[in-house]
Amino acid sequence: MPAATMPLQLHVPEPTGRPGQATDFSFLRLSAAGEVTRPAIDIKPAHTGTMAWKLIRVLDAEGHAVGPWAPQVDVADLRRGLIAMLRTRAFDARMLIAQRQKKISFYMQALGEEAIAVAHAQALQPGDMNFPTYRQQGLLLCRDDIDVVELMCQLLSNGRDPLRGRQLPVMYSYKRAGFFSISGNLATQFVQAVGWAMASAIKGDTKIASGWIGDGSTAEADFHNALTFAHVYRAPVILNVVNNQWAISTFQAIAGGEGTTFAARGVGAGIASLRVDGNDFLAVLSASRWAAERARRNLGPTLIEWVTYRAGAHSTSDDPSRYRPADDWAHFPLGDPVARLKQHLIGLGAWSDDEHTHTQKALEEEMAAALKEASKHGSLQDGHIPPLATMFEDVFEVMPPHLHEQMRRAAEHKVA
Amino acid sequence: MATMTMIQALRSAMDVMLARDENVVVFGEDVGYFGGVFRCTEGLQAKYGKHRVFDAPIAEGGIVGTAVGMAAYGLKPVVEIQFADYFYPASDQIVSEAARLRYRSAGDFTAPMVIRMPCGGGIYGGQTHSQSPEALFTHVCGLRTLMPSNPYDAKGLLIAAVECGDPVIFLEPKRIYNGPFDGHHDQPVVPWSAHPKSEVPEGHYTVPLEAAVVVRPGDDLTVLTYGTMVYVAEAAARETGIDAEVIDLRSLWPLDLPTMVASVKKTGRCVVLHEATRTSGFGAELTALVQEHCFFHLEAPIERVTGWDTPYPHALEWAYFPGPQRVGEAYRKVMGS
Repeated sequence: MPAATMPLQLHVPEPTGRPGQATDFSFLRLSAAGEVTRPAIDIKPAHTGTMAWKLIRVLDAEGHAVGPWAPQVDVADLRRGLIAMLRTRAFDARMLIAQRQKKISFYMQALGEEAIAVAHAQALQPGDMNFPTYRQQGLLLCRDDIDVVELMCQLLSNGRDPLRGRQLPVMYSYKRAGFFSISGNLATQFVQAVGWAMASAIKGDTKIASGWIGDGSTAEADFHNALTFAHVYRAPVILNVVNNQWAISTFQAIAGGEGTTFAARGVGAGIASLRVDGNDFLAVLSASRWAAERARRNLGPTLIEWVTYRAGAHSTSDDPSRYRPADDWAHFPLGDPVARLKQHLIGLGAWSDDEHTHTQKALEEEMAAALKEASKHGSLQDGHIPPLATMFEDVFEVMPPHLHEQMRRAAEHKVA
Repeated sequence: MATMTMIQALRSAMDVMLARDENVVVFGEDVGYFGGVFRCTEGLQAKYGKHRVFDAPIAEGGIVGTAVGMAAYGLKPVVEIQFADYFYPASDQIVSEAARLRYRSAGDFTAPMVIRMPCGGGIYGGQTHSQSPEALFTHVCGLRTLMPSNPYDAKGLLIAAVECGDPVIFLEPKRIYNGPFDGHHDQPVVPWSAHPKSEVPEGHYTVPLEAAVVVRPGDDLTVLTYGTMVYVAEAAARETGIDAEVIDLRSLWPLDLPTMVASVKKTGRCVVLHEATRTSGFGAELTALVQEHCFFHLEAPIERVTGWDTPYPHALEWAYFPGPQRVGEAYRKVMGS
């Protein structure tokens, strides 16, 4: 048929798997562990083009660290990393139960993605600033200076919630831990991370920023603004795209991932870009260190696409079995980040099944005890919430007269 | 004391603050080497360097988004949106981010910044270079919205805005950048040098952030207005012989309610003027507040004179602009004359 007379067709991408139909994961473009080269730290961004189409992996199927990206790392740090991932998973599991028991109103877990936040955190330094999404709780749970009881008080919206009941559960803010206030409207933090990094460079500081975004919200203008500003001003920032394949029910192809990669977006913007196995703790650590060093040496931003899989529901308000195979994660080629680092450490003789089980049990007990302690301070459900005045405070630096008046009127009408 | 235009006064404010506070940075489209399309930042890059004053990509969401990150770091960004008509791509960063960061993080992070933007018509700018979007900002909790009407206030308010801990929307009526304008577009342009408010100190001073000012005392009726319309209000008083008390609000939100209320209680009559479109405009809020606080003192219904509920037209600019004739008619109506 001559082209001029062909009826035009709209292309609407579809995932390769749906409920009742197993996913064909060949779209993932995998590379073998150790296959991808490790370029010089000062590589020209345009020369990372091929990296954006491959997948940096360190751990092979037997759990050995292979290839040029295998990092120099203390076994103690790897053990710390595994425990932090288990801790994140234990925290999530306990809070999911709490949500089902209606003790908290809402929750979002990071199941299957724990390696990305935890290993990335090991590549940053005190004073650096993350601009996270709601699925990087590992950045907090890997630290020993964040009280899980306080995190739970935020989830309970009780009188000890440091955010005074103003935010949905999981929207933490910890400036002292390099964790920017989480917003609920996606992608806004990505360009803010670039601004923070620009400020650090303007001041001649040594701190870097790390911005986070999901595959779905790379479609937002803020993502493109972030890439443009990061490139233009050579901002000392790491631009993390966590490609967990799903944005609620929307497959990453609808965000523009079909036939390309999210890392390739970075190359197009003039930014050095890597595509990395996000379920490979050693690959995450190694790539994060590479990007952090580039930033610290004034070599500019690095975009990293972390390929992973959202093993759980988007949130407690979501049921993924309605739009993807219920057992999809079990077939995901990059596996479970916890199992893979565990296998590696056992191979090094630095971990055991017994220690694993014992650690899991101890963490479960820690989380149960913490929730019990946090619950002593009440919850949204039992009405032990922050006082009425907290609704009117912090709107402005100093409360203006109209809010004083409204606060007075609200107090008159408050049901005791 | 020097005589300055609005443009020179705004530039002087940024100059003073760049010199006083090393955390102040100025950026936006064309503001660096070139000095801004209205010349408000002319010479500042040469004086303070490219790290303090620089050009930005044409991405308003990126300009305000990076400013939020810079403010969270501890800088004081003073950004320029080239025309108020162009702020819309930055809406999310202004409304959901800058305005609410202090609140949502319970003070863990804050985003004090100044977002300057030329607004208003009268320059044949058509529908994309003439808008007055102040009501879109006054509706947002956590923002301060200012609109100066003369060089002295422009400098003092801009310095106060930079020193303030809140995000500030700083609207600059572009028609009065180079001289006061009373709506008589067919008459010669009057330069600022002939106006007492063009006397501007060279150094640091502030104008209080939540204070309206009575620019023309009067006994017959109270006019609540701001920006270019201040001069239209004064012209209409001259031309009708009605002794209007003209209040320049300067700070639209938070608002100086006591000054408004005292005047309306004195005169018993009120006319609200703005150049922006009418429906759900800031005048609706002013009218409601006067009704709430002054109802038993009112001798007549409150009148509003505004732009029409249409896009700002190019060829029919003066049919759109609420000039002294329409304002004078409103004065007569509330006077019952």
